[in-house]
Amino acid sequence: MFPKPIEKQPRAAQITYQAMLPLALLLWLGPLLAVALFSVKPEADFTNANYWGMPSSFEGAFNYGQVFFNSDMPRYLLNSFLITVPTVIGAVALSCMTGFALGIYKFKSNLWIFFMFVAGNFVPFQILMVPVRDLTLQLGLYNTKTGLVLFHIAFQTGFCTLFMRNFIRALPFELIEAARVEGISEWRIFWYVVLPLMKPAIAALSVLIFTFIWNDYFWAVVLTQGAESQPVTAGITSFNAQFRAAYQLMSAGSIVAALPPVAMFFLMQKHFIAGLTLGAVK
Amino acid sequence: MSAVDAPDHESWFHRNQQRIAPWLFLAPGLLFFMVYVIIPVFQSFNLSLYEWDGLGTAEYVGMRNYEDLYWEWVDRDAFFTSLKNNLIWLVLYLAAIPAGLFIALFLNQTVWGIRLYKSLFFFPFVISQVVVGLVFTWFYDPTFGLLNEFLGLFGLGPLNVLGDERFVTFGIIFAGLWPQTAYCMILYLTGLNAVDPEQIEAGRLDGAKGARMLWHIILPQLRPATFIAFVVTIIGALRSFDLISIMTQGGPFGSSRVLAYYMFEVALSEYGFRMGYGAAIAVILFLIMLCFIAYFLWSMYREERGH
Repeated sequence: MFPKPIEKQPRAAQITYQAMLPLALLLWLGPLLAVALFSVKPEADFTNANYWGMPSSFEGAFNYGQVFFNSDMPRYLLNSFLITVPTVIGAVALSCMTGFALGIYKFKSNLWIFFMFVAGNFVPFQILMVPVRDLTLQLGLYNTKTGLVLFHIAFQTGFCTLFMRNFIRALPFELIEAARVEGISEWRIFWYVVLPLMKPAIAALSVLIFTFIWNDYFWAVVLTQGAESQPVTAGITSFNAQFRAAYQLMSAGSIVAALPPVAMFFLMQKHFIAGLTLGAVK
Repeated sequence: MSAVDAPDHESWFHRNQQRIAPWLFLAPGLLFFMVYVIIPVFQSFNLSLYEWDGLGTAEYVGMRNYEDLYWEWVDRDAFFTSLKNNLIWLVLYLAAIPAGLFIALFLNQTVWGIRLYKSLFFFPFVISQVVVGLVFTWFYDPTFGLLNEFLGLFGLGPLNVLGDERFVTFGIIFAGLWPQTAYCMILYLTGLNAVDPEQIEAGRLDGAKGARMLWHIILPQLRPATFIAFVVTIIGALRSFDLISIMTQGGPFGSSRVLAYYMFEVALSEYGFRMGYGAAIAVILFLIMLCFIAYFLWSMYREERGH
C-alpha cells in the first residue's frame, strides 16, 4: 500500500492525520456548507448583514417549505425524473445490444463502429446543437420531455456502448461457444447467457447515467423553455429570478436540486464508482 | 467461430444467424446514434457555409462566416477572447489531475471512517454544475462571500472576482476544478487499490521512499487511471459551458466567454439567431476537440492491437 500505512507510523503522525481529516473535509466542502447554512437562515439575517454568524432563528422548515409549496420546484423535480428515468432505461437497453454485438461478434467493421461510438461520445455539444434543435422542432417535440429524452438516449448510447462492450469482452467467451455448440440461437444466448452476467454493468451504468442526465443543463436550455417541460437544472434559474436576492430560498432550492443524484450516489456507491472506473480502468 | 453443421432443412436465417445477428443487435442503437449524433456533425459543417436565422431560407455564403471569424481574431474581438480563454481552460484544468492524485494519496489509508471521508470528498462531482456555479458565485460575492471574509482576515480585499476582467476566467476555472479534482481523485483511489504490493515492498528494500517511490514505482502502475483522468479533464475543459452560463453569462464585457458559450450566444440568445455563424464557431471547437479525439482513439487502437 502506498503511501505507507499510517498505523505503521509514530503515534504523533497518526494523531495529526486523524485531526487533519475533518479539517481538510471542512475546507473542501466549505462553499457547500456555506450554502447549507444559508438555507436555514431567516430573511432578516440577510437584511441585517448577519451572513456568517449563527442564524438568529432556525427557519429551515419555512425555507424548504417555500421551495416545495410556493414555487415551481416540485414541477421541475418531477420533470427531471420523467426525463432521467426513461433515458436511463433507453440508453442501457440499447447499449446492452450494441455492446453485445461489438463485444461478441468478429466482423470486419466491428472496430470502426466501436470507434464511431467512442468518438461521437467526445464530440462538443455545440456542433450538434443547431441540427438537433432543428430536428426536434421538425418532429414537433420542441419544448417536450420526449424530445429531450430521445436526444439523451441517443447521445448516452455512445458512452454506454463503450462501457458495455468492454465489460462483455471481459466475460469468459467459452460460455458463448458452449451455448453455440448446443445449438442455442443467438438471441437466446444474449437473453439467457450474457444478460444475466451483465447485471453489475447495468447497475453501474444506470446510476452513472442517472447522474449525468439529472445534471444536464445545456440540452435542457436548448430543447425546452417553460415550467411544463424544463428539468430542475434549467428551472433553478427561473426559480432564482423569482426569488431574486432571497438568498435563503435560493440556497434551499439549490440544495433540493442537488439532492437526488447525491442520494443516488450514497445508496449505490459501489456501483457508481465501478461505473466511473470499470469502463476504462481495468 | 464454431461451425454448427446446419442441416439442409433449416431456414436461411438460421444458417446465417451469426452473420446477421450483430447487425440486428446494432440496428436500434446505431440508428439513434446516427440520427442524433453523427449526421448532425456533418449538418453543422454544411450549415457553417450558410447564413440562416433559423426560420427563413438559408443563404449560401461560402467561407464568409470563417472570414468573419478571422477578422474577429485579428481585431482581438469576441472570437479571440473565447479561443484564448479556451486555451487557459485547457491548461489550468489539467491541474485537476495532480490535485486529484494528491488527495487520493492523502486518503489512501485504512483508518476508521475513511470510507465516508472518501465519499464526502467525492461529493462535488455528483452535484450539478449549475449548483456548483451558484455555490461559487456566492463564494466570490464581494459583499458577503466566504472568499472576501477570508481575505478580510489579512486586511485584503474586497475582491470582485467575477466582476473583474482580469480574474473572472480564473475564478470560474477554479470553481470547475472543484468537481473535476474529485473525479480524478476517485480514479486514482481505484487505481491505488490495484497497485502491486510486492513491487512496493521491493522498492522499499531498494531504499525508495516518498517522491522517488511515487515517481518510479507507483505512477507507472497508475497509467490507466492517468489516461482516463486526462481524457475526462480535456473533454471537461472544452465542454465548459454550464459554469460560465450560470456565473457570468460570458461577462463582464464578454471577457469570460469560451467557444462553447460564444457559439450558444451567437446562435440562440437575445443577441440574435445567427445559426450559420454559430455553426462555424462550433466547427472550430470541433476541430480542436478532434485532435484530442484522434489521440484518444489512437491510444485505444494500440491497446486493442496489444491484446
